[in-house]
Amino acid sequence: MSVLVLVEHAAGGPDDVSRQALTLARGYAEAAGGPVEAVLIGADAAAAAAGLGDLGVATAHVAVHDGLAAYAPQAWGRTLAELIERLAPAAVIAPGSERATEAMAHAAAIADLPLAANCIEAAPGDPATVTRLRWGGSLLEQARLHGAVKLLTVAPHAVEVQPAAAPGQATVSEFTPALHDADVVARVSERTHTDTGGGVSLADAKAVVTGGRGVGSAEGFAPIQALAAALGGAVGCSRAVTIAGWRPHTDQVGQTGTKIAPEIYIPCGVSGATQHMAGCKGAKRILAINTDPDAPIVANADYAVIGDLHEVVPAITAEIAKARGG
Amino acid sequence: MPVNILCCVKRVPMTGGRIVLTTDEQAIETRHLGFTISPHEECGVEEAVRLVEQHGGSSTVLTLGPAEAEEQLRDAMALGIDRAILLLADEEFDGQATARAIVEAIEAERAAGTEYDLIFFGNESADAGNYQVGIRVAHALGRPCATGLKGVAVADKSVRCEQEVPGGRDVYTLPLPAVVAVKEGLNLPRYPSVPGRMRAKRKPLETRTPARAGAGLEKVRLVVPESQGKQAQILGRGPEAGPAVVEILRQAGIL
Ligand SMILES: Cc1cc2nc3c(=O)[nH]c(=O)nc-3n(C[C@H](O)[C@H](O)[C@H](O)COP(=O)(O)OP(=O)(O)OC[C@H]3O[C@@H](n4cnc5c(N)ncnc54)[C@H](O)[C@@H]3O)c2cc1C
Ligand SMILES: Nc1ncnc2c1ncn2[C@@H]1O[C@H](COP(=O)(O)O)[C@@H](O)[C@H]1O
Repeated sequence: MSVLVLVEHAAGGPDDVSRQALTLARGYAEAAGGPVEAVLIGADAAAAAAGLGDLGVATAHVAVHDGLAAYAPQAWGRTLAELIERLAPAAVIAPGSERATEAMAHAAAIADLPLAANCIEAAPGDPATVTRLRWGGSLLEQARLHGAVKLLTVAPHAVEVQPAAAPGQATVSEFTPALHDADVVARVSERTHTDTGGGVSLADAKAVVTGGRGVGSAEGFAPIQALAAALGGAVGCSRAVTIAGWRPHTDQVGQTGTKIAPEIYIPCGVSGATQHMAGCKGAKRILAINTDPDAPIVANADYAVIGDLHEVVPAITAEIAKARGG
Repeated sequence: MPVNILCCVKRVPMTGGRIVLTTDEQAIETRHLGFTISPHEECGVEEAVRLVEQHGGSSTVLTLGPAEAEEQLRDAMALGIDRAILLLADEEFDGQATARAIVEAIEAERAAGTEYDLIFFGNESADAGNYQVGIRVAHALGRPCATGLKGVAVADKSVRCEQEVPGGRDVYTLPLPAVVAVKEGLNLPRYPSVPGRMRAKRKPLETRTPARAGAGLEKVRLVVPESQGKQAQILGRGPEAGPAVVEILRQAGIL
């Protein structure tokens, strides 16, 4: 039996998270003894589909339908559910992006199958066994996944992309799913663009300087902003700051905020709650500034300065200016 | 047009800086912990209260959980929700079973004459993060659904939904009745007032006991990921640490 992978594509190729999902799916398919097939959505998917042989895909199904022209989550789910019925795969595996996750939940609801979200490991069987993220990655769950077809999504950036051992040529097969009118009621009708003011975005910044409750006030963020500017980076904040109204939620790092992966992360006056750490696990280095040497953030950082952020942060900014001047 | 709103919330522990498991590895050790709901769901509750303030109608909060989850229902009522439904379950249900129990409760409400125009879910529960309960409920009721929402506005029997995407927002306009799954950032929830807390104690709370279905996603054990447990290198105390910090920034390739 085959393993079907939902592949999201951009610029004529699969995106990063889809390549990660394909890598996990290949291991699953090898253990199950079946081929890897892919499903791509949209008329512009053909180019990306043809190149999937390098990632071990034998057949790429491309869904084409007017109802898929604008993103419509339930139409994506219906498309997956139709393939589930037609191909009867052992499993359907999707990247854990927001859209692919949403489409899988629709497919699971239509097909009335269980769904395991954000898996980092999966092995076939009846039931299949998976390890998945809970609490935004602060806790793992080993679970048995039942159902005639195993539905799962792969947590982003948990699997290292590997090329196929024996790359081949993918056969591209176009099809038109039978969509219902109800499937396109919820569809994107308009996109508004957010003005980022030309600054570097929190998600992409190489350096992030975050202020927590220890900053004490909205005005207290001025030195945090000055240090972020000196590093060409972005300002972040903790949830304690957001709910106090000192900074907008768009600055929040964490499980229910933005997930970041900078070269250096500098949390100032942040205690290091698990839900905060869930957002900065991807940081290469963490340098904590905190008055309390026993704060959890210190135990989770690479470097720490113990002291009052109101003194330490301006001193670092001044030292950078000095280093640049000399 | 008045709106009837249902909000679904889940009681979860406030874990603080470190997660400790029970010895059977089935749950988080909660003896010394407080409980809350997901920030996403808090925003759903706040939005429901605002919509009823704006358009009239009524709001209900629902949870599936232990008897102690009454605390989270009273918290929501302290913010202005009118009434509560507690679906008693001593153990966690998986996503499919949770959705089924919620749908049964909604159908029982309908039989009793209460029809919901709008049902709020969090985008994902704080603990399980199944990303599916709202969507399953929408399908069972045959209603349209949008997720990941940071904007919800009701007008003329429809709801305009804004979903954050890189660089902007995607807009969906759904006819009512509809299901929405929202994210923190949708609004800034109010703090409960003392009179609000007093009133919440007297608001109606109905309890039902749903049948427990078998789990399609069956938990075997929980595992705390290998602690990064780095224990930081202390670069210094106070402003004197400046030069050492600059050295680290150089090594990181930032300077
Ligand atoms: C489901 C759920 C999701 C959540 N999602 C998020 C999320 O996305 N992001 C998030 O951040 N939180 C999130 N939280 C909240 C989280 O649990 C913590 O409550 C929050 O992160 C605490 O913020 P804080 O560290 O700024 O405040 P505190 O925990 O109060 O810590 C303040 C720290 O500042 C230090 N300090 C005080 N004064 C100074 C000073 N002058 N100089 C230096 N240090 C000082 C103190 O020693 C302390 O360590 C979530 C919670 C739940 C339940
Ligand atoms: N036990 C529960 N009781 C009430 N609502 C729930 C429960 N579990 C999940 N939900 C709702 O469904 C949303 C998505 O949950 P999940 O699919 O587990 O990520 C949550 O944010 C809640 O709004």
